[in-house]
Amino acid sequence: MNGRTDSGADAVVVTGVSVVAPGGLGTEEYWKSVLTGRSGIGELTRFDVTRYPARLAGQIRDFEAADHLPSRLLPQTDVSTRYALAAAAWALADAGVAAGTLPDYDMGVVTSTSQGGFEFTHREFNKLWSKGPQHVSVYESFAWFYAVNTGQISIRHGMRGPSAALVAEQAGGLDAVGHARRTVRRGTRLVLSGGVDSAFDPWGWVAQSASGRVTTATDPERAYLPFDTAASGHVPAEGGAILVVEDAGSARLRGAERIYGTLAGYASTFDPRPGSGRPPGLRRTAELALADAGLAPGDVDVVFADAAGVPELDRAEAAAISGLFGPNAVPVTAPKSVTGRMYAGGGPADLVAALLAVRDSVVPATAHTTSVPAGYGIDLVLGEPRALPVRAALVLARGRWGFNSAVVVTGPTR
Amino acid sequence: MAHIQIDDLRRILVACAGEDDGIDLSGDILDTSFGDLGYDSLALMETAARIERDYGVALADDVIADARTPRDLLDLVNRAVPADAR
Amino acid sequence: MTRRVVITGIGVRTPGGLGTKAFWSLLSEGRTATRRISRFDPSPFRSRIAGEVDFDAEAEGFSPREVRRMDRATQFAVACTRDAVADSGLETTALDPARIGVSLGSAVASATSLEREYLVLSDSGRQWLVDDGFLSPHMADYLSPGVMPAEVAWSVGAEGPVTMVSDGCTSGLDAVGHGVQLIREGTVDVVLAGASDTPVSPIVVACFDAIKATTPRNDDPEHASRPFDGSRNGFVLAEGAAMFVLEEYEAARARGAQIYAEVGGFATRCNAYHMTGLKTDGREMAEAIRAALDEARLDRTAVDYVNAHGSGTKQNDRHETAALKRSLGAHAYDVPVSSIKSMVGHSLGAIGSIEIAACALAIRTNVVPPTANLHTPDPECDLDYVPLTARDKQVDTVLSVGSGFGGFQSAMVLHRPEVAA
Repeated sequence: MNGRTDSGADAVVVTGVSVVAPGGLGTEEYWKSVLTGRSGIGELTRFDVTRYPARLAGQIRDFEAADHLPSRLLPQTDVSTRYALAAAAWALADAGVAAGTLPDYDMGVVTSTSQGGFEFTHREFNKLWSKGPQHVSVYESFAWFYAVNTGQISIRHGMRGPSAALVAEQAGGLDAVGHARRTVRRGTRLVLSGGVDSAFDPWGWVAQSASGRVTTATDPERAYLPFDTAASGHVPAEGGAILVVEDAGSARLRGAERIYGTLAGYASTFDPRPGSGRPPGLRRTAELALADAGLAPGDVDVVFADAAGVPELDRAEAAAISGLFGPNAVPVTAPKSVTGRMYAGGGPADLVAALLAVRDSVVPATAHTTSVPAGYGIDLVLGEPRALPVRAALVLARGRWGFNSAVVVTGPTR
Repeated sequence: MAHIQIDDLRRILVACAGEDDGIDLSGDILDTSFGDLGYDSLALMETAARIERDYGVALADDVIADARTPRDLLDLVNRAVPADAR
Repeated sequence: MTRRVVITGIGVRTPGGLGTKAFWSLLSEGRTATRRISRFDPSPFRSRIAGEVDFDAEAEGFSPREVRRMDRATQFAVACTRDAVADSGLETTALDPARIGVSLGSAVASATSLEREYLVLSDSGRQWLVDDGFLSPHMADYLSPGVMPAEVAWSVGAEGPVTMVSDGCTSGLDAVGHGVQLIREGTVDVVLAGASDTPVSPIVVACFDAIKATTPRNDDPEHASRPFDGSRNGFVLAEGAAMFVLEEYEAARARGAQIYAEVGGFATRCNAYHMTGLKTDGREMAEAIRAALDEARLDRTAVDYVNAHGSGTKQNDRHETAALKRSLGAHAYDVPVSSIKSMVGHSLGAIGSIEIAACALAIRTNVVPPTANLHTPDPECDLDYVPLTARDKQVDTVLSVGSGFGGFQSAMVLHRPEVAA
């Protein structure tokens, strides 16, 4: 193990992780919920949902912001930013990195969100239109916008290196990690990366429903059923994950406690324009990510699927996977079945799950799904987790309108 | 027009901008600079906007920027013209 | 061998500038396009001025269905994309779609449509619980603005990486920087890059009112944007967009394309100081400038023109002046520096791209656009800001800088391809 790639450049590794997810606050709680199938899905309680067609959500219920963040940050942050700030601090602690561990310009932040600080901004819209402009908070000027998490994390941890915020719906979180890897390759030693989302105010809720992809099922065990014959849409969720992405040589130099794995490959594509008759881009994305990693399909031990939970989209993803790997040739799973879809947070959370699968040699099951159409040709891990050595994992994400992203992670010894 | 006291200001500051860990707002803070209390210009702007609404006063932009301590700000507000009188 | 990236096509929609010709006339003649807000009744607001675009979707060729589907900022982006592609002479249908990418910047994305939908759903703010019976089928498109780069991708048939870069007010610089990187690293050969923002909507006006960042000079809208002037008291909000065709240099040359400029270097840093405040020393912007020049392999004395962020707030213009002195040394006093925000206002995430368009046109025409409304110098802003009147000057290399909420500081170096070391 020397962390070098074939090209001689240092590998880009993950040295710290953290997850804020429904049913699992913190990395190990999240992993436990994923392995045991303990679901974080239930009726949304942030407001009265009884009059709305969709009622189930992956809601985080055990996060007391004041326990995790300085009081000064509370009035100026949306709930999503609070998750991002907490997760960032935990990921850095996990990596053993503090302000000053590295020079300020050697640490950057690249995050993704697809909804911004939506609940915060809904409150300010209400103030503006029911009380007048003088009632709008000074914090509205940044608490809503999509760059807020990158900015707040950078400030809190004194990270002044190249930073950015990317938006590509559910694919955006993997894009952020891909861009963090690019940034490290271009010479920044460490980049904190990942994604977080939350929009569980009434306006955000109906806006998500307007996508036409949200399930109106009422039984939490039978609501979000990716790849199931009874798939009826997804359950919207909040939360996400933050990872410490670091140059392998730099991690060695500072004596990083652990390396979860290598970000060996990344690719991003966009589907053809609707009606063009050309095939969707997910398979090509996976192929490009594998090529980038220098791996063949046979090297991959598990695929973490995007798992839309919409029959048409599930079928397309299954076709991409079975087409690339062969029918039922590789275990496929979707840990987001216990959380719901966290949008920009979904891909990074799957990435953490993939790294923990590498660590613990186990592939979590896809909860709730019981009956996969034989024609899908995928070996979806159902029921119990499957023990197997995981040396390489492929993580897929798709965003509404046609975004496709893929990341390949490999074990630290590869 | 209501008269604003230091306890009112404390309450508004905390509501508008939280409180810095390790700084005791309950002590004698009248002449401690806002900077030392952990409040930046943004915090003061939010606080001033709340005071303007709650106390019905109008504060000019530049005078808020000039208020260095809680005493300065209290004096400003208590001397200020009611907003509806402008 | 590093792949080089050039701009071969430009499309702009700015206040007073529907298209590059009108845009460049406005700037080179030093005229301003800021006015009293007409898109809604601004009378309840502190700042009632904006740079508005006289955009006619129908005249731009959008169908009624497209107009209903696309947010105003998306329409701007797509219109600019069409112009940029036509300007470049590139036959996008002859290219491999997988080798075309999109990098679109925006700070507040679909704010205008969100506000429109909000008013319907909430009965003009009377209800916190919204009535989904009035829901527009496009509401999900406005909630998550990924649809904006998607529409750009559809308009040119791009199937490579497509993303939105949303770094607040540096989005316009950063999105182009991101696109350049995609070509350099070999992921794609062509990127439609640029930015669009249409923030002239009550919620955005109200939030900048609250923070007192916009000017209250309501009695004189045409002269309200006053970067570097001693009497400046805030920026003028604006809308606008600019899109570029970025191409790999050898491929562009091989097809005989017109080349506006090469993007030689780009860098961004964060100040990790404050979400809205700036330190007076300009340290991080100076570092971004140093890194961008370094990437372009150019000495600071090579810079012929600096396109400033120059927003016209008290703190920005001093911060930026300090950053230029810190990074360019004595040359900061010799090089002309100007802010086109004096003429087209500050369109948040879009302005960085609009300023790149101005830089490319400055190189093409050897004209430095002026800083309008600069009559009374601020003693703390003591560089050559090209007041009022454009200047003829050989312009081979340009530095454009940006600064935004969240602490982002970005710098880009553009130059004639022949300048490359």
